[in-house]
Amino acid sequence: MNGSKSMLKLAAAALSKGLQESPLKSGLAEKGNFCRTVFLTRRYSAECSGKETNPTSKKSDSGEIDVEIPVKFDLHLLESGPSQVTTTNKEELMKIYTDMQIIRRAEIAADMLFKSQMIRGFCHLYDGQEAVSVGLERALSYDDNVITAYRDHGIFLGRGGTVFELFSELMGKRTGCALGKGGSMHLYHREHNFWGGWGIVGTTPPLGAGLAFGQKYEKKPNVTAAIYGDGAGNQGQLFEAQNLAALWNLPLILVIENNHFGMGTAEWRSSKKTTHYDRVSYIPGIKTDGMDVFAVGEAFKLCKEHCLSGKGPITLEADTYRYHGHSMSDPGSTYRSRQEIQGMRQERDPIERVRKIILKEELATNEELKDLDKQIRHEVDEASAKAREAEFPGEEELFANIYKADSGLIVTGCDRKHSKVQMS
Amino acid sequence: MAMAAAAPTVPICHGRRASPCSSKQVSVSVSVAMRAWASKSSSLSSSSSKSPRLVAAHATAVATKEAASTTSSSQGGHELLMFEALREGLSEEMERDPKVCVIGEDVGDYGGSYKVTKGFSEKFGSWRVLDTPIAENSFTGMAIGSAMTGLRPVVEGMNMGFLLLAYNQIANNCGMLHYTSGGQFTIPIVIRGPGGVGRQLGAEHSQRLESYFQSVPGLQMVACSTPYNAKGLMKAAIRCENPVILYEHVLLYNLKEKIPDEEYVCCLEEAEMVRPGTEITILTYSRMRYHVTQAAKTLVDRGYDPEIIDIRSLKPFDMYTIGESVRKTHRVLIVEECMRTGGIGASLRSAIMESFWDELDGPIGCLSSQDVPTPYSGPLEELTVVQPHQIVTAVENLCGKK
Repeated sequence: MNGSKSMLKLAAAALSKGLQESPLKSGLAEKGNFCRTVFLTRRYSAECSGKETNPTSKKSDSGEIDVEIPVKFDLHLLESGPSQVTTTNKEELMKIYTDMQIIRRAEIAADMLFKSQMIRGFCHLYDGQEAVSVGLERALSYDDNVITAYRDHGIFLGRGGTVFELFSELMGKRTGCALGKGGSMHLYHREHNFWGGWGIVGTTPPLGAGLAFGQKYEKKPNVTAAIYGDGAGNQGQLFEAQNLAALWNLPLILVIENNHFGMGTAEWRSSKKTTHYDRVSYIPGIKTDGMDVFAVGEAFKLCKEHCLSGKGPITLEADTYRYHGHSMSDPGSTYRSRQEIQGMRQERDPIERVRKIILKEELATNEELKDLDKQIRHEVDEASAKAREAEFPGEEELFANIYKADSGLIVTGCDRKHSKVQMS
Repeated sequence: MAMAAAAPTVPICHGRRASPCSSKQVSVSVSVAMRAWASKSSSLSSSSSKSPRLVAAHATAVATKEAASTTSSSQGGHELLMFEALREGLSEEMERDPKVCVIGEDVGDYGGSYKVTKGFSEKFGSWRVLDTPIAENSFTGMAIGSAMTGLRPVVEGMNMGFLLLAYNQIANNCGMLHYTSGGQFTIPIVIRGPGGVGRQLGAEHSQRLESYFQSVPGLQMVACSTPYNAKGLMKAAIRCENPVILYEHVLLYNLKEKIPDEEYVCCLEEAEMVRPGTEITILTYSRMRYHVTQAAKTLVDRGYDPEIIDIRSLKPFDMYTIGESVRKTHRVLIVEECMRTGGIGASLRSAIMESFWDELDGPIGCLSSQDVPTPYSGPLEELTVVQPHQIVTAVENLCGKK
């Protein structure tokens, strides 16, 4: 992603087509006459002009590797941000690579399963945004809370959910994390404090504030990360939750996965202010490159420290991108140019970045990484096959878990005389 | 609706109706009403011999799915899908009246998430087809406010479930204003969107909001079920001076039907006769209409003669059509997709029992969705919604085995 020559070439090519008008100036974009590629490439090249494509890293004698974070953090109401250099080692790098690759392969497999109608309904894929999930896990522990919206496959896997549980749930099988009753948008993992998986846009800030309230109430040394998208940035309940969290100094990290499109509407067509980290005058914020797992990790570390020191909520904006459309019913190319999507894949792909570091520091050879990729793909395919063999939930599951009750409540089915179930 | 001791209600026909076809409909309803008053005084107890004629009059006025609309169309008619019918109706109204505008998420450039407003942005401009941020509470409120000034907005909820965020606006601000202002303001707003249980969309996206809004005074609610009545109800809703909620269904958007070429408007408060019969009245709406017609094939094979009525108007109920049918068959079964507790069926059952107790030979059956959050898993989701075999069993139980 860093002002490379190819990005500038893309921008120049687009400009030469005569599309001079900045979308920001006109406010409402005219359909067809609008090259989104220009906008995004212009911004990224301005941010990292002069930096190389290949991430810089340096291995020390002790085996530790210093990795540079090229994109500067944008700060709001913070005196200092994280360091632009992070330290890692071979073990961590391989783990990060593996984790992101698992998410990527799982999402691609989910795409194919959806097309063959084994997954139905709505399926919102996470590929392209892996760095946010894995970066989060770099800083937060399983004792911290994470809650997110419907684009939750990657977060679920990051929180320690298995691919088998994921696919089972997507196919509606009994072995899914929600017994098949939730589906793609309702994934949960109680033990690792992953609180879902919510379908309505804007739900997570108030609920996240509630989780943080619970932590503060019980005096737990933990934080809550409430994740939402740029589309949810204009929800009234978000502003209300921000006020509540700040008023009561709740340990809440408001995380915006800003992929710049709210379904089919680009951010500049729906928001007067397109950045989110600096929207609130009483909550500090940090904006980070969401395609760089180290940047995300460092930003989360800072946010966690901030919350645990009792300073109240903080906003973390991750500038990221989704390769697929909003969901499987959206091709994703009617409001974005293919050039832009390709450009993102080439210049900013989170997994490629880590791969380049591994190869540069000679932690593994190209063949070894290819073998690892193959192994991951094999594991994902195995999980998918196993999930396909699994059973659907039985009829008795229909009325189970409506209430948590052992008071002998009776629920009647469609026909009161013949279908009665005692709630347990 | 005013319910006198044992008198049927005359269908309320307010709202502007301009086109010649619709006036034909109005005259049919009125003449039907006049005949009903006459027949009511003469035949209080037994099923009236005049009702088959009334029923026949109804059947020609409103197109049924089987009678492929050619009975009500002088020219050939054209075939289209449900979402195209909604688009046609909306487009015609927007051309006719410059005050009609569309407000919703992804309605403009994207063309609507179910393609109902495809091409509108180019045709009418981005100010009349307004792409909103994801902020249902505020843009519904904004639409209501603009309707107060005289505009006629059509608010599209991407899914009915999202309108729960706008519940306060609809319940408090939209339905009540005409009353609390003593008649000074009207809110000619249309709120439309797909609801209902789709194909494994999960609990939060399978809401049926008919039950939530049915007790808000001042609102009118209609549910479309065929391309013919979708277009007609869309036009009627836009021309109506009251706030109207138009319920579409996620799974019905690709229904194909031939509709008339000439302009027509359906009556908002009228129910639709789907299949005349003599043995039992089956009242239904929206997607369940198709489950009922499917079950009816089995029932007819087994020797039953059900009368199927698509009630269409969920608030207020067309108690006239329903009453005439009850007076004829004396048995009622309600089949709906709404929740069992506090759903449309629950209210309808209560209303029928209240007015037509003497006409009933047995208890009113009501098949509705289970009181569960709609599960994602396919087999469980099927169990949540009423299936045709359950309808057949229910009719057999109410009418006796043959």
